[in-house]
Amino acid sequence: MTRLSWFNVVSLTLGFAFLYIPMIILVIFSFNESKLVTVWAGFSTKWYGELLQNEAFLNAAWVTLKVAVFSSTIATVLGTMAAYVMVRGGRFLGRTLFSGMIYAPLVMPEVITGLSLLLLFIGIGLDRGVLTIVLAHTTFSMCYVSVVVSSRLVTFDRSLEEAALDLGCSPAQAFRLVTLPIIAPAVVAGWLLAFTLSLDDLVIASFTSGPSATTLPIKIFSAVRLGVSPEINALSTIMIGIVTVGVIVASLVSKRNSVRQQQEEQAAARAQ
Amino acid sequence: MRRFFLIAVPYVWLLALFLIPFVIVLKISLSDVALSIPPYSPTLDLSAGWQGIKDFFAALDFENFIWLTGDDLYWKAYLSSLKIAVMSTALTLLIGYPIAYGMARAPEEWRATLMMLVILPFWTSFLIRVYAWMGILSNEGFLNQLLMWTGIISEPLTILNTNTAVYIGIVYTYLPFMILPIYAALERMDGSLIEAAEDLGCSRAQAFWLVTIPLSRPGIAAGSFLVFIPALGEFVIPSLLGGSGTLMIGKVLWEEFFSNRDWPVASAVAVVLLLILVIPIVLFQRNQQKQAEADQ
Repeated sequence: MTRLSWFNVVSLTLGFAFLYIPMIILVIFSFNESKLVTVWAGFSTKWYGELLQNEAFLNAAWVTLKVAVFSSTIATVLGTMAAYVMVRGGRFLGRTLFSGMIYAPLVMPEVITGLSLLLLFIGIGLDRGVLTIVLAHTTFSMCYVSVVVSSRLVTFDRSLEEAALDLGCSPAQAFRLVTLPIIAPAVVAGWLLAFTLSLDDLVIASFTSGPSATTLPIKIFSAVRLGVSPEINALSTIMIGIVTVGVIVASLVSKRNSVRQQQEEQAAARAQ
Repeated sequence: MRRFFLIAVPYVWLLALFLIPFVIVLKISLSDVALSIPPYSPTLDLSAGWQGIKDFFAALDFENFIWLTGDDLYWKAYLSSLKIAVMSTALTLLIGYPIAYGMARAPEEWRATLMMLVILPFWTSFLIRVYAWMGILSNEGFLNQLLMWTGIISEPLTILNTNTAVYIGIVYTYLPFMILPIYAALERMDGSLIEAAEDLGCSRAQAFWLVTIPLSRPGIAAGSFLVFIPALGEFVIPSLLGGSGTLMIGKVLWEEFFSNRDWPVASAVAVVLLLILVIPIVLFQRNQQKQAEADQ
């Protein structure tokens, strides 16, 4: 199965070129001297300088970061609870409705989620700002967290929990000492996913934000609507850079963990 | 007690911030536009007691839905969203399948890196990835410069602000969603099945068509679902890459709400869009169930 034919090589090359060339072009033109994004006029980092002086962008970035940290943290707690209830909760009244409400937001078009939340916030007279964006982001991202965590809980050997209970743990201790460490990678992955979804979201934030709180995507969108601008290229380059470093570090860490786990398993097998 | 708390917290959260808002949309879609704040009537007046509730229900009607069927714009927008979503799902499949196939055939030590390369764009801002194409597809953009420099064309092609640009945008941004499930299905596949088919006299193409494709069907179904559903309600791509001729329902809903301030019609548009989405979701679920039964 591991023989690559010329066809495989060509499709992989073209496929990855398609995925990466647009972003590479974007990054290159962020270092362009000219205001015209498409004409190369020499190397310059002046757009990064201007970006750092642009108060509006910096404020928006700060709001976005705050919203993402709060919403992803609350979403991780709620999503983990929801996953635990779905996998371990047994039967309870309204279980079908509950699972429906967890899966529905995943397929709900963003425009509808945004519209419905906005109508709710207006209906109850809640002023739109950071709080309403956090509430909105928490709601849809907790569903993603719960899907990620429950996929881990399903494959989890339940007898480990039972052993802890037999050995005198309270259910809370069993959860903290046994369940949580085992599902921790999924919880972390869920948090990261929720964080990225929040950073990335334009549509729902546009509906639920007020004049007092503008997030970075809203700011970028309104700038980009007027056409390409080198400042946005510089901003995009910074964001792409952060994500790239993050993903590479995460994959190295998980690779090292799996190597270590393999070694431990081998050592345990030898000891037997 | 602890169990009750564990269930109640996420339950109440989702009821309050998912289900109730949706009921409000449903309610407003049945209301009339009014020049007031909020801009629709009737509003539920609980202080008027039972009479208030009765009046409220008596004033609801399907006028907005009838209005949707009367105006060409909405019909065309739904149909053109469906067309764009179907076509771009098919295109994503055509482009994504060979990539997933190549990844599954790649030497094992490459696969983790290839996976990472597919996932990386997914973590990058959606908005930025759409924006990247604006600079490439515009009249003075990179693509036109390249094509004119090589002498393939003498006049710049108009691609930005057309449906073609919307297709490119959707395929580009959702490609990872198509590749990953297909790759997962292909990687699990037992290679000896292909050898068996070839031993039994299949040509390579036949073996691919009769063995590989059917075995990767769950991946194809999942990938197509993951591309089709968000593409149908897409707003960002048609508004940045599409032109005035690009009709997509997500954009219509946005404009109805923000520009026309017609909340009842925007809500009715949302309700109909959801009804359209129910069909592929039910089909997909049934397919999943069949798959699960077949596996057992």
